[in-house]
Amino acid sequence: MEKKEMRAAYVETLMELARENPDIVILEADLMKATGTGAFAKAFPDRAFNAGVAEANMVGVASGLSAAGRIPFAATFGSFAGRRDYDQFFLSANYARLNVKLVGTDPGVTAKYNGGTHMPFEDLVLMRAVPGLVVLEPSDPVSLAAFVRLAAERYGCVYLRMPRGAADILYPAGESFEIGKAKVLRPGKDAAIFALGAVMVGEALKAADALTARGVGAAVVDVLSLKPLDLETLFALAKSTGRIVTCENGQASGGLGGAVAESLLEKGLAVKFARIGVRDEFGEVGTQEYLQERFGLTAERIGEAVFGLM
Amino acid sequence: MTKEEVGELERRARTIRALTIEAIGHLGVGHIGGAMSIVDILALLYFKRMDVDPANPRRADRDQLVLSKGHAGPALYSTLALRGYFPREWLMTLNVGGTALPSHCDRNRTPGIDMTTGSLGQGFSAACGIALGNRLGGIGSRVYCIVGDGECDEGQVWEAAMFAAHYKLDTLTAFVDYNKMQIDGRTDEVMGLGSLADKWKAFGWFVQEVDGHDMAAMDRAIDAAETERGRPSMIILDTVKGKGFSLGEGQVASHSMTFGPEEAKKAIAALEGR
Repeated sequence: MEKKEMRAAYVETLMELARENPDIVILEADLMKATGTGAFAKAFPDRAFNAGVAEANMVGVASGLSAAGRIPFAATFGSFAGRRDYDQFFLSANYARLNVKLVGTDPGVTAKYNGGTHMPFEDLVLMRAVPGLVVLEPSDPVSLAAFVRLAAERYGCVYLRMPRGAADILYPAGESFEIGKAKVLRPGKDAAIFALGAVMVGEALKAADALTARGVGAAVVDVLSLKPLDLETLFALAKSTGRIVTCENGQASGGLGGAVAESLLEKGLAVKFARIGVRDEFGEVGTQEYLQERFGLTAERIGEAVFGLM
Repeated sequence: MTKEEVGELERRARTIRALTIEAIGHLGVGHIGGAMSIVDILALLYFKRMDVDPANPRRADRDQLVLSKGHAGPALYSTLALRGYFPREWLMTLNVGGTALPSHCDRNRTPGIDMTTGSLGQGFSAACGIALGNRLGGIGSRVYCIVGDGECDEGQVWEAAMFAAHYKLDTLTAFVDYNKMQIDGRTDEVMGLGSLADKWKAFGWFVQEVDGHDMAAMDRAIDAAETERGRPSMIILDTVKGKGFSLGEGQVASHSMTFGPEEAKKAIAALEGR
């Protein structure tokens, strides 16, 4: 499958947007080289601001820029985007009803050699608790580009989670996406796997292939938008398959697994249910392959979970 | 500034103090101390310095004030009411459920409030962002920001201090309300600030120190700040916590005090008898 760097899709889209709209600005906290926004800074030197190693101030300044009518995209590692500037993003941006887009890179196990200190398993849990916030985790370069554009075009705060490295291209160019809408990548009558983000969508697709060989038809849903969650698709597949498995590159409690469980119970849909995700543990260092094994974020574990519900 | 102008501003400040005491007394509890200490700078800003339009509070090229010490909101509300942003009667709704005047400033609830504040340190960063955003939009208006001295304990203040100097935000004029007290005691007991002026100078700011209750001195300092190019300005206001509130002036306990309408009446009488 063809691949492309997620950060390249991010920066290309921001530059397109910046050419169209003079209000688009970016902020970084000494990670411009990591995020790859140097090209943006070169093309728009007056609209790219490095805040230094000061994430809290970066998000505070972004809020002020928004109050003055600009559309700021602030990026840093997801560990810091979630934890170090949570109060600033919560109050100065969201509570103040401003228009700040916060991007958390290196989600979950993709933090790899930066290790446990830099491994955000909790950012989605934290962000779900911010009233009205849109929380997105695109799964490939095409959906990432589309959601960056949707985030820019919609007034209001957005948290967008993305790995920096290469990811499989899952969608054709020009595919249309909507905030709050999932994509059913593969149909299936026996179970539905709801996967969030590039790593877990990839694993879910592999798991579905393996399950087909075992005679189990598992639908694969690319969740894309954690909040708002696509309840229509969730409820339809819960009813048609009776078996739901959630997959996320972070804490299973409070993230996608939590959101899906809450929604199903409240709807009175007593499906068979399993969660693939981190179980109340901190991250650690290693290759992504090691970490996926270590925290059970693999196609094999997804397959076992689905099979276990049969 | 002429003697008449000073007298007029002092009269405004007395009215703002009286309205603030009345509002907090009506409710029965509030952050009276840190509200009283900034009344004179608020009177000077809103009745002389700031180019604002109460009929159009979101006009893009207005001068703006971020009250980063958001708990002093009641003093700003009295100022805005007196300036004509909303009816004075609103002041009696302070902190009542559904009010437009919450304890801490909220840009979405109150006409004339330019930024939501309350978690200390955050407003200062936002003020930097507004100054930067104005520059990008070709708007040359001034951005003012008031931070508390206790607020200067927050690391975010110093992150923003570096940012403002690095990006040469010379339309930004900030004030520290140096009343030398915070909730748990005197600032030198709770968390020593050392030399605030030296700190701000070291961070690359144009720094002045003035009596925060002297209209003419503050006005001259703002004049100097606004002719400074290439760096942001800090004016350290030497103030008295609870200034003009006879029941709490100069007392640590004035940070948040419980008092009722009768005590408020006495305090207002004492204020006006001066």
